[in-house]
Amino acid sequence: MKVVVCVKQVGSLGDEVEFTDDERDVDPDYLDYALNEWDSFATEEALRLREAAGDGEVVALTVGDEDAEDAMRRALAMGADRGIRIWSEDLAGADPITIARALAEVVGAESPDLVLCGVQSSDAVQAATGAALAELLDLPRVAVVTKLELGDGSATVHRELEGGLVDVVEVDTPAVLTIQTGINEPRYATLRAIKQAEQKEIEVREPGELGAPAARVRRMFVPPKGEGAEMLDGDAAAIAARIKELVAEKMQ
Amino acid sequence: MKALVIAEHVRGELRPVTLELISAAKSLGGPVEVAVIAKDPSAFTDAVNVDGVHEILAVAVEQDEFENDVYQGAVEQLIAERSPQVVLLGFTVGSMGYGPALSAKLGTGFASDVFAVREEGGALVAERSFYGAKVNGEVEFPGHDRVVLLIRPTAWQPAEGAGSAGVTEVSVPPAASRARHKDWVEVQAGDVDITTADFLLSVGRGIGDKENLEQFQELAEAMGATLSSSRPLVDAGWIPNARQVGQSGKTVKPKVYLALGISGAVQHLAGMKTSGTIIAVNTDPEAAIFNVAHYGAVADLFEVAEELEKLF
Repeated sequence: MKVVVCVKQVGSLGDEVEFTDDERDVDPDYLDYALNEWDSFATEEALRLREAAGDGEVVALTVGDEDAEDAMRRALAMGADRGIRIWSEDLAGADPITIARALAEVVGAESPDLVLCGVQSSDAVQAATGAALAELLDLPRVAVVTKLELGDGSATVHRELEGGLVDVVEVDTPAVLTIQTGINEPRYATLRAIKQAEQKEIEVREPGELGAPAARVRRMFVPPKGEGAEMLDGDAAAIAARIKELVAEKMQ
Repeated sequence: MKALVIAEHVRGELRPVTLELISAAKSLGGPVEVAVIAKDPSAFTDAVNVDGVHEILAVAVEQDEFENDVYQGAVEQLIAERSPQVVLLGFTVGSMGYGPALSAKLGTGFASDVFAVREEGGALVAERSFYGAKVNGEVEFPGHDRVVLLIRPTAWQPAEGAGSAGVTEVSVPPAASRARHKDWVEVQAGDVDITTADFLLSVGRGIGDKENLEQFQELAEAMGATLSSSRPLVDAGWIPNARQVGQSGKTVKPKVYLALGISGAVQHLAGMKTSGTIIAVNTDPEAAIFNVAHYGAVADLFEVAEELEKLF
């Protein structure tokens, strides 16, 4: 059982934001980095498949610069066997279709039984890389999977629609599945596992031909606040008192 | 710009996002064509025949319900025959399965979760959010004469008014569907219907620990509110699905929505932003929930909860 899991190091903003000089992205100094939440569920699912099969391999892939290896190390600490990081300067700020192109050649060469991606990344929320990757590999795919049962030459999966309705889908395998949060409970990496992950191999590759980008960010900006919320001042007691008044007034 | 809208339906019902896509398409000023891909397209053609639609393309397929390969094959053919400059799909679970694939295959421009579009000097510009909706971005598609966009549900008002578009039947070859619909599983009904509650006290990741949930359940009861939550608490198994507010949960519109420790992911906001009065308490002054809240407080939710307990 060989599973490729695609992971991403995501950036999150705190209270403050500054932009890069060309305004096309946030200044990296203002971002905190972590393994994308959806990808930790995808990694856990890949590990469970390998464990259920009794043998096999989980290969973690990422597209990113050397700093992005931190997220990869997290996946390795959870139990992925090895990592491949794909990078060239052309991939900085790339759109998801381009990221899928960068991944496709490497994923294809691994000939996995299954490819798992997170549904989306928390920083860009395009929900696109997995389906684009499937197309480039000419593989079937299901997006937003909340349950996975592997059969012989196919898998039965739950596809979670809006409103919580679940579509039970039979998908031919190999396939690309994008994994939704809540499908499992991702394991914590122990300190020992984190230390051991430092020793695991991360191979670095250059992407093949990327083609024209599917999109380019022209400018990022802080959204206009609009009317915004009327902020309640004071200590917790004052805030609570005001909430009580508001509830009484608005419930009438 | 000529736009092709792909209608969405599930279990025999047209999804509301379809009419929003038509509004987005109309705003681009060119002809609007709406494709209905279904076993019996005529079941939906009247519903999409609204003011501003120029032509309805009825594509009959074998499958009752959405399947990736079926939709992708049909839309590829429609793009080849109709040459739209913009293809509009909903930013929905269905479109996530084939929209990006279309773009990868055809080499088009692409963006998803788009909430604004316009034409600037003949080129398309789309707006979307980044970094937990704390930042917006203008996205351009240099070198592309065709762009696939997945449009954020509820970003546009639904198109309305009777239309007079003709219906053209388009025949497509049967698709070899590699991911097949088998069955539906309903959401567990649960003990409450949060969609009918007038007052929701909604808790999020900020409550930190499962053991804290009881305190908020009690607070909700004391205040006469129904307890609901954002997705992470459901994922963690702390609270049943039936109480989840958001795109993958319930869409609610209570008189008062009191959000404690909810940062306001786009998918959550989509499920509650039309509530009568939204009051949000969060420690992060930049939390996206404050963009839709009517009243906000930057405070520790446990301290506020403790004070509320004294008052109710």
